[in-house]
Amino acid sequence: MLLIHCPWCGPREEVEFRCGGQGHIARPADAMDISDAEYARYLFMRTNPKGWHYERWNHVHGCRRWFNALRHTVTHEIRATYRPGEKKPPLPDGTT
Amino acid sequence: MTAPFDLRRPEGGRIDRARAMRFVFDGAGYSGYAGDTLASALLANGVRLVARSFKYHRPRGIATAGAEEPNALVQLRGNARSEPNIRATQVELYDGLVAASQNRWPSLELDLGALNSVFAKLLPAGFYYKTFMWPPGFWHFYERLVRRMAGMGRAADASDPDRYDHRWAHCDVLVVGAGPSGLAAALAAGRAGARVILCDEQAEPGGSLLGSGATLDGAPAMQWAGAVLAELGALPDVTVLPRTTAFGYYDHNALGLVERVADHAAEPLPGQPRQRLWLVRARQVVLATGAIERPLVFRDNDRPGVMLADAARTYLGRYAVACGRRAVLFTNNDHAYDAALALHAGGVDLAAIVDLRAEPGGLRVDAARARGLRVIAGRAVTATHGRSSVTGVDIARLQEGSDLAVLDRESIACDLVLNSGGWTPSVHLFSQSGGRLRYDEATGAFLPGRAVQAVRAAGSCNGAVALKDCLKQGAAAGAAAAGDCGFAAAPPALPAAEPEPESAPMRLLWVVPSDAPVGHKGKHFVDLQNDVTAADLRLAAREGYRSVEHLKRYTTTGMGTDQGKTSNLAALAILAEATGREIPAVGTTTFRPPYTPVAMGALTGRTVGALLDPARWTPIHRWHVRAGAVFENVGQWQRARYYPQAGEDMHRALARELHAARNAVGIFDASTLGKIDVKGPDAARFLDLVYTNSWSKLGIGRCRYGFMLREDGYVFDDGVTTRLADDHFLVSTTTGNAAPVLSWLEDLLQMEWTELKVRLTSVTEEYAVVTLSGPFARRVLTELTADIDLEPKAFPFMSLSHGTVAGIAARVFRVSFTGELSYEVQVKASYGLALWNACMEAGEKYGITPYGTEAMHVLRAEKGYVIVGQETDGTVTPYDLGMGWIVNDNKPDFIGKRGLRRADLQRPDRKQLVGLRLEAGERRKLPEGAHLVADRDAVPPMPMLGHVTSSYWSVALDAPIALAMIKGGRARMGETVYAPLPDRVAAATVVEPCFWDPEGKRLHG
Ligand SMILES: [Zn+2]
Repeated sequence: MLLIHCPWCGPREEVEFRCGGQGHIARPADAMDISDAEYARYLFMRTNPKGWHYERWNHVHGCRRWFNALRHTVTHEIRATYRPGEKKPPLPDGTT
Repeated sequence: MTAPFDLRRPEGGRIDRARAMRFVFDGAGYSGYAGDTLASALLANGVRLVARSFKYHRPRGIATAGAEEPNALVQLRGNARSEPNIRATQVELYDGLVAASQNRWPSLELDLGALNSVFAKLLPAGFYYKTFMWPPGFWHFYERLVRRMAGMGRAADASDPDRYDHRWAHCDVLVVGAGPSGLAAALAAGRAGARVILCDEQAEPGGSLLGSGATLDGAPAMQWAGAVLAELGALPDVTVLPRTTAFGYYDHNALGLVERVADHAAEPLPGQPRQRLWLVRARQVVLATGAIERPLVFRDNDRPGVMLADAARTYLGRYAVACGRRAVLFTNNDHAYDAALALHAGGVDLAAIVDLRAEPGGLRVDAARARGLRVIAGRAVTATHGRSSVTGVDIARLQEGSDLAVLDRESIACDLVLNSGGWTPSVHLFSQSGGRLRYDEATGAFLPGRAVQAVRAAGSCNGAVALKDCLKQGAAAGAAAAGDCGFAAAPPALPAAEPEPESAPMRLLWVVPSDAPVGHKGKHFVDLQNDVTAADLRLAAREGYRSVEHLKRYTTTGMGTDQGKTSNLAALAILAEATGREIPAVGTTTFRPPYTPVAMGALTGRTVGALLDPARWTPIHRWHVRAGAVFENVGQWQRARYYPQAGEDMHRALARELHAARNAVGIFDASTLGKIDVKGPDAARFLDLVYTNSWSKLGIGRCRYGFMLREDGYVFDDGVTTRLADDHFLVSTTTGNAAPVLSWLEDLLQMEWTELKVRLTSVTEEYAVVTLSGPFARRVLTELTADIDLEPKAFPFMSLSHGTVAGIAARVFRVSFTGELSYEVQVKASYGLALWNACMEAGEKYGITPYGTEAMHVLRAEKGYVIVGQETDGTVTPYDLGMGWIVNDNKPDFIGKRGLRRADLQRPDRKQLVGLRLEAGERRKLPEGAHLVADRDAVPPMPMLGHVTSSYWSVALDAPIALAMIKGGRARMGETVYAPLPDRVAAATVVEPCFWDPEGKRLHG
């Protein structure tokens, strides 16, 4: 039951959102030139950290906007939410 | 000669003697008072035996006075309102209450299951795991027996007639518990101006003050509580919720509360919910959840009449009920003396105080001795006697370093055994919040440590003992919480409590010895609800269980409806001893919500029956209902499946609908197809990127079929898209995929291609779509429109015309999902039914016939048109479907382009779409999902070729047809494959996946 701060709507209940998995995964521009193994890494491999995690969220039952978040997977603290294109915040000090 | 001793004392307590309440327990009528609980009323009536235990069916009585009660679970009310496993200690008595004991057969007094006690040696720790695992497969047989013997009450077999509400709330400070600490906290925060919610599980706030007889400023403490409540009631931003249990502490300071609005009555008032579930989002939380007294683990400590010391004090102080006539107190600490003194003052004959400590001292002990009470130090209760009620105890001297206590034995007759092993702070919610617990050696208890969320613990849940400390901690926590919310707050002035006598240390002795080694004579119960003994726990430790979580699951200790509120600490202490570790090293089991059981009705709220899930109806829905359509659910949509006429079964209705669509004209409600309006200067570029084919060169007013892939190259969705203007497209999606497709397209636009100027709007429900399909489709439409040129040259296949149909502004798309000449007429949703009616009228002379989704499926399968999700399963490419023509590999990029190049997607033996024709004369369809093999005589496990994806009776061909995905299918044309079925092996010939009009003359006609 997270309280998530939509960068457009403000704090809203988790039930209004859908998590879109790991954030900041760049779609390879040279996709046709890279190996299957490299492309598979882009397609399938995701981090699963115990700690801070950059991830994507969609305010699907609200403004329908996508945005990024920095969330701790153990405490569920959300350190920041920010709009697409905005610079990702640094990891909090002393943590990974 | 003294007057007979009445268990209901003539005065005192918070009951209303003017309001008698009649009630029935196990068929017998009794009477109590307003203010009683079912437990206090039963005790006042001398009812000792209220339950049979879970495993051994031993007689059990009321052991506590609160939420921690392990024994006195009852079946409350009857019929549709019947509810199992309700704690009699928390049921407010009302006039006409009906309750029954559980877990006994045929009756509480004569219970055949008690034979389990005789065979107790056969029911050791891990009994379920050891006994019922053999022979394999017999669990189903055992389970029924076990369930009957170990039943925990029955669920009602009729649907619940009551209503349950949900409510969301926000506040600055949520205070959980309205005992002295919670009241002080709420007062501090409320006076500071904070928005406060104060909840308490009991009907009346006050907590321990309700029954302790404590004084504040020289007056009964409840006077102070009353004044605080009056002040809180006058503050506009303070909400006090009695009868409300905070049962769960979730992330970001969200707490679940269940308010029992009408549980204290036989049934709710008209319009009143029975319970209300609150989800409270609090900026700060103060937990003042109190503490639970800890029983001592001694031999046969489960007989009715063995009770926690403070519970007996509560029954006397709050309900004016003496729980017995002659009592023995068995304790390891000073505080229990308060209970003994209170009972003594209340007229109970206190036969002895048996203290585990060799030299108890201090003011409380002195006070007991001063009143002439017999304090027997350094001794233990080594046995209890009695059957359906305790009749006496044996005591003996404890011997240092010995597991036995056999010296100075003495028997004392009594009908009440009070026991106290100290206090266990209720840290459940604190632990659920993520906070760390720390172990306190002196009190043998886990206390709140470092908090993770914005929460403070105050009072006895935080280890405070004296009333003045509880008040002080509560006030400080309330003020600090309000301060953290930005309010200027100072702890309020507090009333003076009686001076607390200095207490001597307690003596922690987790298993009390008797005259035989533990487990050899009688039973030392640790967990009363699950019948787990000290011997069971030691056995589990000997068998190698070291983790407390494993111990819990293996022995079932700490499970059940009480979740081990009175037993968990003793269990892990015994495990620690048995494995030679310290208690903190063993740790606790995880505290999980709910604190006490929550009715499913409260969790569900109003989302039952028709409100469980929204149903989506098309604008033409009412017509389908009137026509007697049989519906099917497609996602949340209710779609007409077929329209049986009098005397028709599905097969015959379908045959009629199919015949009309192929030979005359059919009419179909296609409104549910997903529709996404795509607009913007980059709309065509965007579609080029999300579809496999090209859109930039599609002419205005032209339609094109397309596949959307995922990045991995597999088919995600399909549909026809039409160019409405240079910068404007209408995308159609499958009915079930409309929302995921929109979400996916938004994701790409917002996160990936932010430079593209495109806007997406879901218009699925903006338009109704009526499909006319069949050789006479054009004739019907001709009757309805004057301004659309329907000549094939002017209005060819895969194009759009604008105009009026039946006087309604319409877009008419000439597309076909049936293989026949088809028009899809799209109008504003509110005109949908009018359009449909006009079509039916105009089509009457052409034999117009409504067809449903079932006929639609057959028609499209005859043409070999795939359905995403039926022919595809998320691992199918356009090439696998034989539709490589739809992939424009010359485009520099589109979603899935690189994925399609992956080696595995290039294999020639991938499963490919084919058609199947059965042997001539075969009238039986293949079952969908049937597996296909090449060699009917292969030895199992037979190598699988693939499976049937669609299978229908084709009216047009007068034969069964099927579509299938089989390995290397394109190269198998003409081969025979086999479907091994339970009753036969069906042979089929692999053919092109198109059974009807392969040249497409009809749809172009
Ligand atoms: Zn939003």
